[in-house]
Amino acid sequence: MTDDLSPLSALSFAVLDAEEEHRTLLHSVVLVARAIFESEASSIFLLDSLTSELVFEAVAGNGEDFLVGSRFPASKGIAGWVLDSGQPLVIENVADDPRFARDVAESTKYVPSTLMATPVICDEEPIGVLEVLDPGPSQRSALTQLELLSLFGLQAAAALRLIQRSRAARSRLIMADGEFAELVEVVRMLEGLDGERRQAGLRLFGSMRTLLTS
Amino acid sequence: MTSESDRASQFARPPLTWNSAGRDYAAMTVPAGWPAAVSPDAAWGNATGAGVRVCIVDSGVEDGHPRVGQVQASYAVEEDDDGNCTVAKVPAEDMSGHGTACASIVRSLAPDCEIHSVRVLGHGLSGSGEALLAGLKWAIEQRFDVVNLSLSTTRRKFVDNLRALTDDAYFGKTVLVASAHNLPIESFPWRFSSVISVGSHDTGDPGQFFYNPSPPVEFFAHGTDVEVGWLAGGIRRATGNSFATPHIAGYCALILSKHPDLTAFQVKNLLYLTAANVRGAQ
Repeated sequence: MTDDLSPLSALSFAVLDAEEEHRTLLHSVVLVARAIFESEASSIFLLDSLTSELVFEAVAGNGEDFLVGSRFPASKGIAGWVLDSGQPLVIENVADDPRFARDVAESTKYVPSTLMATPVICDEEPIGVLEVLDPGPSQRSALTQLELLSLFGLQAAAALRLIQRSRAARSRLIMADGEFAELVEVVRMLEGLDGERRQAGLRLFGSMRTLLTS
Repeated sequence: MTSESDRASQFARPPLTWNSAGRDYAAMTVPAGWPAAVSPDAAWGNATGAGVRVCIVDSGVEDGHPRVGQVQASYAVEEDDDGNCTVAKVPAEDMSGHGTACASIVRSLAPDCEIHSVRVLGHGLSGSGEALLAGLKWAIEQRFDVVNLSLSTTRRKFVDNLRALTDDAYFGKTVLVASAHNLPIESFPWRFSSVISVGSHDTGDPGQFFYNPSPPVEFFAHGTDVEVGWLAGGIRRATGNSFATPHIAGYCALILSKHPDLTAFQVKNLLYLTAANVRGAQ
């Protein structure tokens, strides 16, 4: 997987500036997952490969108010194993493990009894983890629950990928010493104009292109 | 006692054979010695796993866990800054509980087998496939009788190397039991015919396994709500193909305990003949 975006792609993502929409999409995945599984909470984590940490990107239910943005080591616990192995799991009696309970309670203020987790896979690589905590009683077997959870994992992958690309686009523009950021700002201003000023701006662009290609 | 380095230095791929020209056919006689009726009792009745070395390639195994008992030896793949992987002896520990869970299932079926551990996940290992490949290669070179691999990689660049490794295991009399992915995606090495691939059934009966007439997943074993050992001597219930796989690994240990000379091909055949939905030879 690469986020080595071309300047044109970076500009497109930056002009789109859709982080908020992508976050809404991500949040909707955990909202629906929580509703379908009748669970206490559902979360999506994104791997920060620079720090080897998992970061809460979206939370529905318990912890929704304060967990987004918090992080913990990617090598730890069940989420860490799911990320490393790329395999989903359902684990019950989680709270019986005092070490798990203490770690989780310190960071999330909630200790589940049952934890379902699936990797979020993009281009053959796990880039995050989707968790559902304490699903309600279900007619489905644990195996079919895993299958259903993996479908939400596919949705989460699409949303997380968009967020990653947006962020990569922004950092690409910053790394280019701001030379393209100026262009993004001009395009944004142009979008906000109407009438004669917009036409004048577009004519100016046309002239620039003629100048650059001549 | 043969050391790890001795085993590794003795490891050599068998010579290639293209046809039987010039061979002494009498010398090719294979003492199968199978009973006329192949039943679970004939395959592993009264076996305890004694004399069989099982290696768990995973996140490590907690030594002395009540559901695991003694871990004979613990190793781990270590990655240097350039991404080169080596295998070193380490204190027995498990970062996530998953490897301990797998070992506890093998132990529940084969109480007297030896359990060895090679950690290929955790402790900063990226889980990228290089560590998996290095750990698996090392385990095959050590000629373990059974290797439990409740892991796979989705990265295609490892396919050729993995296929060569699993072939080495198959012809080297190491039974490699590999977990199918829980997601409907391509991953390896469970897709290869040289391994025994395992998915979950949900009958809830740990004593039952099925042959899949539509492979590549060849066997289904108990993989839902499985009671397993976890960290700090704990016990949990877990669901996933990861936990079905060590059931088959456990049966392989029993079979090899009773019939130590069987090849990987013959062990797979015995599993087939004793599967709950086959049993035709009885």
